[in-house]
Amino acid sequence: MSNHHDHIAHDTHEHEGMDKKGIWKVFFILLALTGLEFLIALGFVHHWGILHKGTFLNIIYIALTLVKAYYIVAYFMHLKFEKSGFILSVCIVFVFIIYFIVLMLIEGGYLHDHFTHQPIFPHK
Amino acid sequence: MNTTVSQLDKVKDGPWSGGKSPWNLEYGKIMMWFFLVSDAFTFSAFLIYYGAQKYAQPTWVDADKIFQSIPGIAESGQPLVFVGIMTFILIMSSVTMVLAVDAGHRNKKDEVVKYMLWTILGGILFVGCQAIEWTHLHHQGFWFGRNPATGLTDQNAIVEALSPYFSKEISYTAALQFSNLFFTITGFHGFHVSIGILLNIIILCQTLNNTFQNRGSYLMVEKVGLYWHFVDLVWVFVFTFFYLI
Repeated sequence: MSNHHDHIAHDTHEHEGMDKKGIWKVFFILLALTGLEFLIALGFVHHWGILHKGTFLNIIYIALTLVKAYYIVAYFMHLKFEKSGFILSVCIVFVFIIYFIVLMLIEGGYLHDHFTHQPIFPHK
Repeated sequence: MNTTVSQLDKVKDGPWSGGKSPWNLEYGKIMMWFFLVSDAFTFSAFLIYYGAQKYAQPTWVDADKIFQSIPGIAESGQPLVFVGIMTFILIMSSVTMVLAVDAGHRNKKDEVVKYMLWTILGGILFVGCQAIEWTHLHHQGFWFGRNPATGLTDQNAIVEALSPYFSKEISYTAALQFSNLFFTITGFHGFHVSIGILLNIIILCQTLNNTFQNRGSYLMVEKVGLYWHFVDLVWVFVFTFFYLI
C-alpha cells in the first residue's frame, strides 16, 4: 500500500515540468509559428508575390506544422515529461503513417499520369 | 495455524511483477493516450487520402478562392483571415485548458472552474465559426456529393459555375472531391470538438460538485485535457492541408 502512495506523490512531483510562465511561453511560440505561416501566405505569396505556391512552399508549411505539433504534444499534452518507454510506445506506431504517406504518393503519382492522358473533365 | 502465504497469493511488489507501474501513469490516462493514437490514425488516413487525391488529379481548386470571405465584414478578397481567427480561438482554448490542468495540480477549484469556462467558450466559438463557414460554402453550392456545377448540363454553364474556384484548369471531379473531403474531414473534426465541449461541460459540473476535491485529484481534468489538445492538434493539420497548401 505504501508503494501506491509513493507512486501518487511521485506523480504530482513530476507534473511540475511546466508552470504558468512555461505555458504562456509555449503559447507565444505557437502564435509566432502561426503568424509566420500567415506572413508567408498573405505577405510573401499574395501581397508581394515573392514566393509561389509549389513544392518548396508546401515543405515549409509542413515543417512549420510539424514544429507546432511537436510543441502541442510535448508541452500541452505533457508527453515530453513522461517516461521514455511511454513516449516510444506512443510515437513508434506513426512509422505506419509515414509508410502510408509514401504509399499513397506513389499511387497518386501513378494515377496522375493516367488522369493526364485520359482526362475526365468536365463531365456531368 | 499456518500464516505462510503461498507464492501465488503474495502481493506483487517487484518492478517486473506488476507491483509498479512501469510508465508511472494512471491506467485511464494511458488508455486516453492509446485512444488518441488510434484517432490520430483515422485523421491521418483522411488527410493522406485528401493529399493523394490532390496529387493524383491533374488540377485542383484554389483554396484562396474558396475561402475568402469574413462573414459579416467582407464577402470576398480576404483569404485566410476567418480561418486565422478560428485557429487563434482553438489555440487559445487549448492554453486555457492547460491552465485548468495546472490549477488542478495546485488543487485550486475556483481557478479550474474559471479556466474550464474559458475553454468551453472557446470551443463553442470555434464550432460557431465552423457553422458559419459551412453555411457560406453551402450557399455557394458545395455540399456532400455536390459542387456549384452539380445539375448543370451545358458545358459553358459548368465552366462558368466552377471558374471562380480554380486558378488552373477546371475539373468537375476535382471540385467534387474537394467538396466531399472538406465536409467529411472538417465535419469529423467538428464532431470531435462538439464531443470535447460536452466532456468539458461534464468536467466543469463535476468540479463544481466538488467531485475532484473529494477525490483528492484533478486527474480527470487532465485526461479530458489530453483529448482537447488532440482536437487542437488535428486542427493544426487540417488548417495546413486545406487552407495553406
